[in-house]
Parts: sequence; structure tokens; C-alpha cells
Amino acid sequence: MKNPYLPYPVRIDEITTETEDKNLKTFKFAFINPDDEKDFTYTPGQFAELSVAGKGEIPIGIASSPTEKGFVKFTVNKVGSVTSHLHNMSVGDIMGVRGPLGNWYPWEEMEGKNVVIVGGGFAFTTLRSSIIYMLHPENRSRFRDITVVYGARTPGMLLYKEELATWEKRDDIKMHITVDGTTDPEWKYNIGFVPAITEKKISSAENSIAIVCGPPIMIKFTQPVLEKLGFPPERIILSLEMRMKCGIGKCGRCNIGEKYVCKDGPVFSLAQLKQLPPEY
Amino acid sequence: MTDKIFNKKDWFDTLKGLRNSYRIFVPVREGDFHNFRSLEDETIPNFDFFNTRLSPKSVVYPQSERMLECLNDTESPEHGVLKEAAKDYSQQAIIGIRPCDAQAFQIVKRNFDNPDYRDPLWVQRFESTILVGMGCNAPCPTCFCSSVGGGPFSEEYLDAIIFDLQGRYLIKGLTERGNEIISNMQGGTPADVKVIDESKAIAALANERVTSTVPSDKLTEKSVTGLFGAPFWEDVAFSCINCGTCTFLCPTCWCFDIQDETCGKQVDRVRNWDTCMSPLFTLEGSGHNPREKKFQRVRQRFMHKLKYYPDKFKSGVQCSGCGRCVRYCPVNIDIRRVAAMMNEY
Repeated sequence: MKNPYLPYPVRIDEITTETEDKNLKTFKFAFINPDDEKDFTYTPGQFAELSVAGKGEIPIGIASSPTEKGFVKFTVNKVGSVTSHLHNMSVGDIMGVRGPLGNWYPWEEMEGKNVVIVGGGFAFTTLRSSIIYMLHPENRSRFRDITVVYGARTPGMLLYKEELATWEKRDDIKMHITVDGTTDPEWKYNIGFVPAITEKKISSAENSIAIVCGPPIMIKFTQPVLEKLGFPPERIILSLEMRMKCGIGKCGRCNIGEKYVCKDGPVFSLAQLKQLPPEY
Repeated sequence: MTDKIFNKKDWFDTLKGLRNSYRIFVPVREGDFHNFRSLEDETIPNFDFFNTRLSPKSVVYPQSERMLECLNDTESPEHGVLKEAAKDYSQQAIIGIRPCDAQAFQIVKRNFDNPDYRDPLWVQRFESTILVGMGCNAPCPTCFCSSVGGGPFSEEYLDAIIFDLQGRYLIKGLTERGNEIISNMQGGTPADVKVIDESKAIAALANERVTSTVPSDKLTEKSVTGLFGAPFWEDVAFSCINCGTCTFLCPTCWCFDIQDETCGKQVDRVRNWDTCMSPLFTLEGSGHNPREKKFQRVRQRFMHKLKYYPDKFKSGVQCSGCGRCVRYCPVNIDIRRVAAMMNEY
């Protein structure tokens, strides 16, 4: 019987410090057994459990895109004991990845539509996966306009800065990068909170679907902006977080009503969430 | 016909004889109460009990169980790579399990063994476990098995059933595995019609004795957000001290935690029973906790058992009516009262 608790062994191939506070690092893993990479077939929006033997596991969104071959990437915020240990690990170290877990963004439904991505802080990981996936030559024609609003507290707290700069220059994706505030006189992008920038930059909800990922406070204030723009709750897509252990809907802690965030989520439409107890 | 009758004085020898083929679990008296224990040479089984204090869920689902292991040795090429821990899934039997506790395994099975994922540890242990039940001649006033699809002599979830007939036991096979274990029992005499009639009379009498009920007929039609927002949760939870006795004793509570333990170079990934009564159960790394308040946790327990579970699995409630949570709650919170409140809301 296949054991869903058994992680695939991986090697850390690259570690990138993402933010000026050094609290966020991106880990690039290579699978030790080539067959495991084939088994680890994922879709943007899914997550996995990063496993450090002797320390434990943490559920983290997959930041790489399935169109990027030969590795998987995760961006990890240093919070508790597993993430702190992980931040002290080195290139070449062996650990585990268990997954892919959960559902994904509604890619079929998004086909032929304008895609509005609203992200805040370090919740941008599966959104990076999604952008890379949509911009891939094989996929770009499946979607209409792609618009991204992404904000962080300061310029130094933005993730994937080099990629953001590349996307800025492209004409097949519209970027609206913003920071809460900055003292940098060279800053050439927006200043303001994500909900306000969304209200300013997004003009229509017509044939559009919005994916929102960020801290609870950002989601709380972005939701009415999108609803005012005319996005129905079915076309506002959210990715949730919750304390998790098993990741496969067994251990019982990440439920919202009868749904488990780990197995039935993490992606829910606002319409689905409105049917569930507001306990997350 | 494999049904057999045993004299009580020969019964323990018969059970001990089964150990050649099975690992046997029997009720054992421990102070003022009973628990299921593995039958060893020195064990004295005691079948004179209402129900065991702890449910036999640990026989299938240990309170603490090693799932994976590895050697953290930087010299080794296997360093940091977790492997499945070795397991012994040879045949075992629980002798004397009450029908309610047997039904509980079927309730829990929907969680551990479904088309989404099969939990290999639970499934393999459950499949190697034979349930030889013992009907309840004298159900407790707190028992309500007949409200939730069972009964004191319910045969539905058992492999075999024992009837306690004054000085003798009648054991009746219900499944192939049940018949097999009976045929492996040394001694005994074939059951006759008179004994079968006697057992039916005892069962009928016991059925009448379960008078306690849990109304749940209107729960499925209720709106989940409506019940969630009901005004009575603070009141229900008022006296709760979040001790977790209810979840610990409950045969249908399955929630678990996963922890890594190290001893020298040995690393074990262990799963332990957990409880939704603890605020740590849902505390996130950021400090946010969706069930920070006591009443939210109490509400979660009742909503899970009586609303979320039936909605999710399109089944009955997640409760087999054993009444342990009612008997041992230190502040007298009673699921029968809460179910009635939810059903009428």
C-alpha cells in the first residue's frame, strides 16, 4: 500500500535570500531519485510538506511552475522550529518533500478570461508559480489579459525582484508593483496599500477572474474592492492557510466546516467560503 | 453451524489456546474499572463489566505510533532520508468488544480508508483485527447506541458475538473470519436451538433497557452556518475546562498530531492522538488561531460529530452511543442534550 506520509528525498541545490530582513529564503530542490520527480506532478496553487528528519514538517506553497523542469522551489518564512532549522541548512543537504498536496487554481475556468492576480507580502509564492505557468509559450494564448497587483511593506520586502523587473518589461503582462511606503528616491513604482492600488488600476471585472493571496488584513479590504468592481463571488479565488499536519485530510485540524483546507483546499472561491462557517 | 457453547470455567483456557494463531485482547479489571489488554500468561481476563473505561480504539490505532524512521548519521548515505518503520500486521482479535465500540471502527474507517487516501497504518491494522463482540445484558443509563444505528446486541459490525448466559457463553459466528476463529477455539459444545432462543430473549430484554436517546433526525436539513452561529454555544461551553477527556475516551475521535522524536542518532516520526479541545491544535506559526476561544473548540467537537461528519460522508453521526463522554465529563456536559438543542434549533 502506498504510504502518503513518506516524503521523497531531495537535495538542496540553491538557497536565495529574498528579502532585506533575511527572513525569507527560497530553496531549490532536486529529487534524489529521478522517478520521484515524475510522480511529483503538480499544478500551480498546490502545496507540499517540507520534511526535515528529526525536526518535523511544514506545509508550504509550491513556488516553481510545472513548466520549469528539473527542480522544485519553495519560499519559506522563518517562523518556528522547522523553518528556523531549514534556514540554517546548506546547499547539498538532504531532506524530504511530501506531495503535491491540495487542489489548485481553477485553470480550466480561467481559460479565455482576463486574469487579475492580487498578492501581498510573502503569499506571492504560488502566484509566482501561476505567472510563470501562464507566461510559458505553450500556455500564454489560453488566457487573455494578465494583470498583477503585488505589494509588500517596503521595496526590500518584495519577493523575486529580478523576475518582477523582467515581467515589468514585457507587454503580455501588466504589472502594478506597490509598497506601503519607502524612503528610496529612486522608487519608480506605486506607493499605497494593495486594496487601494487594486481599486485604482483594475477598471473592469468583465470576463475576468481574480486570484487573491495575502495576509488576512489585505484579503479583508481587497474583497469589497473586487465586489464593487463587479467580480461575482464565484470569480474571486482565494488560497487559504491553516495549521496542518497530515496534509491529506486525515488528522482533523485544518477544517472549515466539513472541508479540509489541506485536501479540499487550499484554493476556494469566495462563493464556496460563503457556504462555510467563517472559522479560518 | 460453527456456533459453540463454553462453560465459563473453561473459557480462559480456550482464549489462551487461541494465542497460537492470534494476538488476543481481552477486558481486564484495573482498580475500579476495566480496560482491554493483550492476553499474556499472567493476564486474568474479566468479562464482568459494563464497558471498558478506555475504548479499544488503541488496539487498531495506538495512542502513540512510529510511522517513519531514519538514522541521522552524516557518515551514512541514508542520512536524512526517512523510511517506513517496520510493522507487524499479523492477525489479532479483540474478544469482548461491545457492539458500540465495533461500530465506532466503521465510523472512523470513513476517515482513514476512503478513495482520496488510504492510511496504510490504520487500514492494515484494522484489516488484521477480528472483532469478537459481547452483547450488553445491562446497558448503562448513559448508553444510547440504539439512537445512532446500533444496539446492545447489534451484530452488524462484528465478526462474531458472545452471549453471556448465566454460567455459559454462547458464541455465534457472523462472518467468515468469525467462523474461523470459533473453529480455532478448543473445547465447547455445539449450540442447540434452546440456547439460541435463550440468547434471543436476553437480547430483546437488553434492547428494551436502552431508554436514553439522541435526536438527530433533523440535523442534515439544517444549514451549517445557521447551526454554527446558533446562540447556545457559549452556554454549552460555559462549564467546560477543555480537559480533553471526551476526545481521549471517545472511540470515534481520530484526530492526531505528527511529531519528530530523536534519541541519539535514531529519528522517529511519530503520530500521537490529539484533541480539538487544545488551543495548540489549531495555533498557527503567525500566532493566529482560528479556534482561539474555548467555546469555538467545544462547538467544533459537537459540530464535527453531529453536522460536519454526516454532511461530508452522507452518513449517520460520528458517534456510536457508548456514553463514555457523558459518564466521565468532569463538568457534566452531555452530548444528548447538545444534540437535542441542535436538532431543535
